[in-house]
Amino acid sequence: MREINEIPAEKFRFVTPKPQQEQNLPGKHIGYFREAFGRFRKNKSSVVAGVIILCLVAYAVFVPIFCQTSYSVALTDTTYLQYTKLKPRNKLFVNWGFWDGCSVKTISRGNYLYLQGIAQETGQPVIKKVLKETTDTDGNLQYKCRVDSYLAKGFVHMTLSRAEYEKIQAWEKANDLQVIYPAVEGQSDANIWYKANRKGIPQLDSQGNYVNQYAVDETGNFRYAMVTGDGSSYRCRVFLYNYFQYRYGFEPSFLLGTTGQGQDILTRLASAARFSLVFALCVSAINLLIGAVYGAIEGYYGGTADLLMERITDILSRVPFLVVATLFQLHLAAKVGPIVSLLFAFVLTGWLGIANITRMQFYRYKDREFVQAARVLGAGNGRIMFRHIFPNALGTIITGSVLVIPGVIFLESSLTYLGIVNLDSSTMTSVGTMLANGRQYLSTDPHIILFPALFISLLEISFNLFGNGLRDAFNPSLRGADQ
Amino acid sequence: MASYIAKRIGFLLLTFLIIISMCFVFIRLLPDDPPEQFGKDMQLVLQSRYRQGLADINGNPIPLLTQYGNFLKNTLLGFNWGISEKLYLGQDCLKIFLEKLPNTVLINVYASLLAIPLGLALGIYAALKKNRWQDHTISTGVMVLVSVPSYVYAFLIQYFLCFRLKLFPVVMEAGRDYFSPQMLRSMIPPVLSLSLSSIAGYARFTRGELTEVLTGEFLLLARAKGLSRGQTTLRHALRNAMVPIVPSIISEVIAVLSGSLIIESIFVVPGVGSLYVSAITALDYNFFLLLSAFYTVIGLTAGIVVDLSYGFIDPRIRIGAKNA
Repeated sequence: MREINEIPAEKFRFVTPKPQQEQNLPGKHIGYFREAFGRFRKNKSSVVAGVIILCLVAYAVFVPIFCQTSYSVALTDTTYLQYTKLKPRNKLFVNWGFWDGCSVKTISRGNYLYLQGIAQETGQPVIKKVLKETTDTDGNLQYKCRVDSYLAKGFVHMTLSRAEYEKIQAWEKANDLQVIYPAVEGQSDANIWYKANRKGIPQLDSQGNYVNQYAVDETGNFRYAMVTGDGSSYRCRVFLYNYFQYRYGFEPSFLLGTTGQGQDILTRLASAARFSLVFALCVSAINLLIGAVYGAIEGYYGGTADLLMERITDILSRVPFLVVATLFQLHLAAKVGPIVSLLFAFVLTGWLGIANITRMQFYRYKDREFVQAARVLGAGNGRIMFRHIFPNALGTIITGSVLVIPGVIFLESSLTYLGIVNLDSSTMTSVGTMLANGRQYLSTDPHIILFPALFISLLEISFNLFGNGLRDAFNPSLRGADQ
Repeated sequence: MASYIAKRIGFLLLTFLIIISMCFVFIRLLPDDPPEQFGKDMQLVLQSRYRQGLADINGNPIPLLTQYGNFLKNTLLGFNWGISEKLYLGQDCLKIFLEKLPNTVLINVYASLLAIPLGLALGIYAALKKNRWQDHTISTGVMVLVSVPSYVYAFLIQYFLCFRLKLFPVVMEAGRDYFSPQMLRSMIPPVLSLSLSSIAGYARFTRGELTEVLTGEFLLLARAKGLSRGQTTLRHALRNAMVPIVPSIISEVIAVLSGSLIIESIFVVPGVGSLYVSAITALDYNFFLLLSAFYTVIGLTAGIVVDLSYGFIDPRIRIGAKNA
């Protein structure tokens, strides 16, 4: 037989006279994800939900960085000042009648005079406006008025060192604001500087004026400080509103108010939001990883492997989440911390959903032609699973793991609300804990609970809308439906 | 059919056993409080543990496997879950649990009674008015109601109805006078909070199923043979839509018995949920085991009943058939 090594090219001849030029399809090529994105964009509510989620994320990330009541200060110091339960206030709205840190209260005459006492001493409008004068069933006068919650805190007794005392006095001169007011002897309530009865109700003189009871030194001047102990520290009556300015350099004004412990809600909630979002993302990502691998193996191999693995998931899926979370808290919280043990609890049963979705997708695709083609070309099982089938299932799987997020946030907030998981510390918190702490003030200061509740409601609604939009966009059964 | 049910029940028992064993072992592995802390009740606790076969007469540990065997014998065969060691010191766990159960069950039954008809009605109405403004309004409302966590409604209801308008007491009445007018009135806020999201859930599900059925061609036939729109909807569409709806209602009703911890805690309902939370906080492990078993049983039963109910509702579905 003759060896054919080199055949000159010109000896070859096309079977058809002209080789068919491979024609490009007319129009632009649109990939799977591009198409899904296009469909997603048409769903207005989902896009809006996506924007809201971005805003909430931006809030969680940037507020603690840029906020004037800086993160650490708001979390530690206001607690120390006892500047608690302040109403939301924006300086721009001070004269607008809302968002001005005031609350409408119906108070007795005694209370009214008490607050007016603070106003008269400091010259600040503690009671902004009297809306209505009424008499209660016993014929006592009652006032319905707008009370400035920032000023109504009034005075506190504070023990200062000599250096600090002098520093405040220097600051007072420089800024023309009075922090330390004349001392009063024998009064435990720092707000009372006048003659009052045992209940603290002011006793006015015949002209209706307050009768001051300031302590006087030998020369007849008011005493501003009582020397305590060995003489190294002074006990002073300090006006909180101005003391705050001395300490932090700006007027107290909390956009969302402060909590029952005196923490700024704006930054506190941002830290809670940060935790919720990061935690939910972590859970979702870990679930995605475990669930995808497990489901891929189940779906791809099928048969006995599938049967056995399904029984495992059957049993796991029946374990009540609450029981798991509790057991993990009891066992692991002391060793690895409550957050990690909560993460374990979520992961233990959380990946089942993703595994199920992945399994279904693998069943759907594993006998398709492109998979057979890949196998014929010699691709191994791993390559077929993760290079050929998985990308096709990716849309559905990602949608599944996005839809997990609102559930995780809800469960996490419930557990922290109930106190089964306790994450509260001076630097971090969770929405559930904020709600639980605010609950006791629900009747008098609903704003403490309002903002965390509003935040979590908004987050849940947006994530659900966003997830649904994503699902519709990736759902191939809708392909071409809207054309 | 019978063999299928037997198989399912067998699997239920197996799963239950695995979960409860897991709980028991994990709880027993926890460092135990020294018996001295019980003070003068020490003898009571020690005796109870001894009688339960969990420790020897002096309160010293005995092998875990022996404990486990005794535990299964006591709980599963004798319904003896031991005494409360912290929360209700010395009292029988099961007795306390049974005292608390009616509150939870009643509240959830009322919530279901409110939610099922309302939810179905809204869902049917929305499906019939598909893509009209009525549907859009209902769907948007449902979306919001489903998404917003139930405790947020609870706060809203408590603030507006209880604090501001003073229509209802802030917390639920205690006591066992379950049907007195006062008790019923104090139950309204928790029932409302529980039912709002269920209403939305039922409405969404019903609308989804019904719109799907309404596109079926057999409905066209029904109209063509002269039935009115109402007749086709009631006799044909709704019946078919009920096939998935009824099992989901059944499962909800069963699952709902386990109650909502958070609603119970907000309205201070003296129910199982509050008991669970306080047992965890007090580290009362006997209660924890009992309530875990309770929640597990509820979940497992709901699953089985749902699967079986498909067969009863839809004769086309043959349960346990080899080639379905």
